[in-house]
Amino acid sequence: MTLHPILAALRKHKAGVVLISLQIALTLAIVCNAVFIIGQRVERVNRPTGLDENDLFLVSQQWVGAPGGDDPAGVEKLDVMQREDLTALRNLPDVASVAPSNSIPLLNSSWTGALSLKSDQKFEKGITRTAYYFTDEHALATLGLRLVAGRAFTAADVQHQGARDQRNRPIVIVTQALADKLFPQGGAVGKVVYTDGSSAPSTVIGVVARLQTPASGSFGNDFAWNSTLVPTRLDANFARYVVRAKPGRRDAAMHAVPATLYAVNPMRVLDDDSVKSFADIRASAYRADVGMAILMGVVCLILLCVTAAGIVGLTSFWVGQRHRQIGVRRALGARKVDILHYFQIENLLIAGAGVLVGVLLAIGLNMWLMSHYEMARIPLLYVLTGVLVMLAIGQAAVFVPARRASNVPPVVATRAA
Amino acid sequence: MLAYYFQLGLRSLRRNPALTALMVMAIGFGVAASMITYSVFRAVSGNPIPGKSAQLFTPQIDSWGPQQNLKGEPAEALGYIDAMALMRAHEAKRQTLLYPVQLSVMPGGNRDLPLNANGYAVTADFFTMFEVPFRYGSGWGAQDDDTRASDVVISSELNQKLFAGANSVGRALNLGGHDYRVVGVASHWNPRPRFYDLFTTSGFADEPDIYMVFNRALDLQMRTGGRNSCRGSLAYTTWQGYLQSNCVWITPWVELDSPAEVASYRSFLTHYAADQRLAGRFDWAANVRLRDVMQWLDYEHVVPPESRISLAVALGFFLICLVNTIGLLLAKFMRRAGEIGVRRALGATRGEIYTQYLVEAATVGLAGGVLGLLLTATGVSGVGILFQPEIAKLAQLDFSLVGLTFVVAIVATVLAAFYPAWRAAHVQPAWQLKSS
Repeated sequence: MTLHPILAALRKHKAGVVLISLQIALTLAIVCNAVFIIGQRVERVNRPTGLDENDLFLVSQQWVGAPGGDDPAGVEKLDVMQREDLTALRNLPDVASVAPSNSIPLLNSSWTGALSLKSDQKFEKGITRTAYYFTDEHALATLGLRLVAGRAFTAADVQHQGARDQRNRPIVIVTQALADKLFPQGGAVGKVVYTDGSSAPSTVIGVVARLQTPASGSFGNDFAWNSTLVPTRLDANFARYVVRAKPGRRDAAMHAVPATLYAVNPMRVLDDDSVKSFADIRASAYRADVGMAILMGVVCLILLCVTAAGIVGLTSFWVGQRHRQIGVRRALGARKVDILHYFQIENLLIAGAGVLVGVLLAIGLNMWLMSHYEMARIPLLYVLTGVLVMLAIGQAAVFVPARRASNVPPVVATRAA
Repeated sequence: MLAYYFQLGLRSLRRNPALTALMVMAIGFGVAASMITYSVFRAVSGNPIPGKSAQLFTPQIDSWGPQQNLKGEPAEALGYIDAMALMRAHEAKRQTLLYPVQLSVMPGGNRDLPLNANGYAVTADFFTMFEVPFRYGSGWGAQDDDTRASDVVISSELNQKLFAGANSVGRALNLGGHDYRVVGVASHWNPRPRFYDLFTTSGFADEPDIYMVFNRALDLQMRTGGRNSCRGSLAYTTWQGYLQSNCVWITPWVELDSPAEVASYRSFLTHYAADQRLAGRFDWAANVRLRDVMQWLDYEHVVPPESRISLAVALGFFLICLVNTIGLLLAKFMRRAGEIGVRRALGATRGEIYTQYLVEAATVGLAGGVLGLLLTATGVSGVGILFQPEIAKLAQLDFSLVGLTFVVAIVATVLAAFYPAWRAAHVQPAWQLKSS
């Protein structure tokens, strides 16, 4: 079949053709970018933190009327209180292990700093940003981290200090990502780094495979895997405890925590958020990402349906309009399949024009998003897939009206219009 | 005549149920998606203090220098030294310093466990500058700042918990082991976004429970309950050391009534920073900012990116729905070319045809608006999946949103109908009559 009659017929329906092409173009542009956004969000949400997240929960609590923690006596008193809490939690029947920590991945409360290979280095070149976890010898077991080199902290390594005290950190454990950055040649264990421009050296005693920083937002994207573990209990009028329950006993352990802590010392505040499972922490950290993915998904779905329905509607109209001409063609010897192909090729032409414009729009929209929001360049694969999907949807949508057209009997030609 | 066209429109909707349903659904979904995302956007991008947003300014002074500041911008808060210097200079009509504090109300009465009370350490002008409404009593006076009084203003909610909502002015309160006196109970006051503390909050926190005297908080060596940001190697070990460090944690606000006052305050800030350089504290040129409320909200990116992106996507979606509607209306109208030809031949003018089909389109728009309203109502209660709970609850279906939904649905559909109606009005009566 030659294209000429189709093109000639399309010229008679400029408005309809332009509208369908435009709709296909806009749909392609939005769906491509929306699916790309979904893909990025899903990828972000699925990054492993490095923790063994099952059976893990966090206790955040605040003492009332406790010392300020700015004088040595106050710090000692706070440390005693904290150790009492840790002992009580460790003695719970459903608890496997407990470690104090200033934060936990995805909590969005972080203590960040910088590591460098030279002392007294300012916040300029040659530094590597990091987030600190101040914890104790139970950290690796509690968090479920995998040690890939060196050794873990021992009880003898653990110091304690006021939360705002700027003390030396003689030993640290770093993540593999951080070690690779600082020591690209490898062999980080035993090497010396300087924290936050300090003049006192810190020796790397171990490397863990992976541990995300607490920041889940864009602020932490640059150094999401650069965590440093410091064997120090921070003493302040609040404390956080990371608890690993025995397998499958998380809820029971969580339930037992408030009563246990109040029994140790009732002068403290525990509210609804004080005992939070890691699953909840993860859900609230990624709420916007998951929500965005769902919103985009729903919009895409409705959009594709609307576009398909629009094609069905307009093609049905054309079929109705050309009822008699179809009859004439059939009477002159065209087979059913010829009529079917006519409408299918017509749709392919219109959709083809639409996707050509759509590809440009999709790339333009992506560039606009890149300049206004933190968005990566859309891979060509997404656009090409989008093109194929749009063409397929066009063919699927046109099939029903086209088949109806092919069923027009030749006898129509003989009837008066 | 319009009423008659409206009836014709309704009849025409019934004649082609599938096509009509398609159009109504396209308009309904498009409008609902736009309205849901707009309701959130409206809530987060609003002016939290409309009457005074142009008179309230937050001064920023670069105390970190070009190597360590925020890509040329000064820190978003002040350290103790600069904050106190601004307060002492008293160059503005009103001024306040503030930082978040976390306190606990000691057990007493029928409560045997302590209670959290989070709020702000502020100076006397805070209440007048930000127009805090009071149910009982009032804020404290400037002399109470100087005498470092143990006065507190509490929220109505805390007043309800502690004093069962009675007038508690003059009552005593033990917070974290120290005694305070209630001088005022604020009525519900929680401007959103919380423009006055964007250093710590993202702008949408719950209402503060308590406000205490700034100087009293310093006396008690109360650390900030919010953000604290420092640069370089930190050497302090004591509270005094902390105060003298480069850490920033205090948000300052000043009230300036006229452009002249703003200019004069700006030059004061520049001179202050220059003096610090002369004194050897800074070794860089003066780098100061003086932003008003709306500029500050903008600079701090209060509107979450999800809100903008989802609004943009929803508008794009609506646009496609409209394009779809244009196509379907065209099909619907042109199918009745014969009918139009007869009407034109019987003497109807083009204008009348035009009016009739626009009214018919408006009928579709109205139906789309009703569907859109239902979907919006459902969607507004479901925005919690996309936004933080504190932002999600800002999205509300109020009277103006209902009105807007209908107006947008009808106006958009009528606009979409211009071209199809124009085509309908230009149907050639002779040609139509001849062919049938």
